[in-house]
Amino acid sequence: MNGVHDMGGMDGFGKVEPEPNEPMFHADWESRVLAMVRAMGAAGAFNIDTSRFYRETIPPHVYLSSSYYKKWFLGLEEMLIEKGYLTREEVAAGHAMQPGKALKHGKFDLANVERVMVRGKFARPAPAPARFNIGDRVRARNIHPATHTRLPRYVRGHVGIVELNHGCHVFPDTAAMERGEHPQWLYTVVFEGRDLWGEDGDPTLKVSIDAFEPYLDSA
Amino acid sequence: MSHDHDHHDHDHSELSETELRVRALETILTEKGYVEPTALDAIIQAYETRIGPHNGARVVAKAWTDPAFKQALLEDGSKAIGTLGHVSRVGDHLVVVENTPLRHNMVVCTLCSCYPWEMLGLPPVWYKAAPYRSRAVKDPRGVLADFGVTLPKDMEIRVWDSTAETRFLVLPMRPEGTQGWSEEQLAELVTRDSMIGTGFPKAPGAPS
Repeated sequence: MNGVHDMGGMDGFGKVEPEPNEPMFHADWESRVLAMVRAMGAAGAFNIDTSRFYRETIPPHVYLSSSYYKKWFLGLEEMLIEKGYLTREEVAAGHAMQPGKALKHGKFDLANVERVMVRGKFARPAPAPARFNIGDRVRARNIHPATHTRLPRYVRGHVGIVELNHGCHVFPDTAAMERGEHPQWLYTVVFEGRDLWGEDGDPTLKVSIDAFEPYLDSA
Repeated sequence: MSHDHDHHDHDHSELSETELRVRALETILTEKGYVEPTALDAIIQAYETRIGPHNGARVVAKAWTDPAFKQALLEDGSKAIGTLGHVSRVGDHLVVVENTPLRHNMVVCTLCSCYPWEMLGLPPVWYKAAPYRSRAVKDPRGVLADFGVTLPKDMEIRVWDSTAETRFLVLPMRPEGTQGWSEEQLAELVTRDSMIGTGFPKAPGAPS
């Protein structure tokens, strides 16, 4: 979706402000939100793409004025409600009012903690040969799906070169909508900065994205 | 929703709306039997104690001293790191990109906050915030200036937008004047920002 989250190339957000000796969390609640998201994901309530989609659907004015973990919290709460794991009445009451729904991987307890400390595996067997080879010229498709996609706006319509082939991976666009993993070939595609940003662009700049095969056409 | 501000500065004498909502959610998840609060504590403790840029620094220092490891690292980052028993396991598809005198690499996630947690820990606020996400792909030299970093005018800048589950780690150039240094000494010079591409390793003898 062409949401406010798709920020590459937007102007007006100001300077980057590094924070010396930044603490890991700025408040205790941030760490609880992180842990709840990790735990409920590991328990099978949602996949990583779905959780991203819920954050993307936070209204723009809220998204832009909320801290990172606040966005995680808002996305988590809404996602769990919509998926039937809790109700708005329970959220309003601050307590459970009916029994829980079964989780795909069961309750998240201490025995599951190590599982969340390593990234999941997203590589899948290839359903078909790769369409593109390293060195091929490809054009990022001019697509604007209303749902989740990992093709950023700033490359759409532009031509780049395939540089790496990472194999077949879970396709976020369908996984986010719970329409299946539909594994797709994944490539690193590199674009010239001036192709993306015009003549005023930095002539020394190259930008790459990791693009799933359905995002690309031969060029 | 009455307000969505953060309360970084409040004195904890009363709970913010956000804190109350987060506590309520945890209560509900616990009461419904989805999570054990002690398991949430354990996740937080693991992030606070085990993961962090010290993992990445060890990998970089090893690559600086062991050419065979460096080659293996550039060929398959996850696999090569998997051979180092003293470094946290990483997930699949960690791609290591090497800085050279001709090319500087920088990593961003314009769509959210993708970041190699196992190697660098949880990302800093600036990495996840709009200024970095919006500008890194369009004006990386301007972003680097915010960090006090200047590159030669003719050096290529390669920005890697982390738009899939692939993760990227920058292998910075080994600082001059470190001949004969041990891996442990070298690891002390490797900063988090140098592995994102928004900084350089510390110079030998620089204050830490």
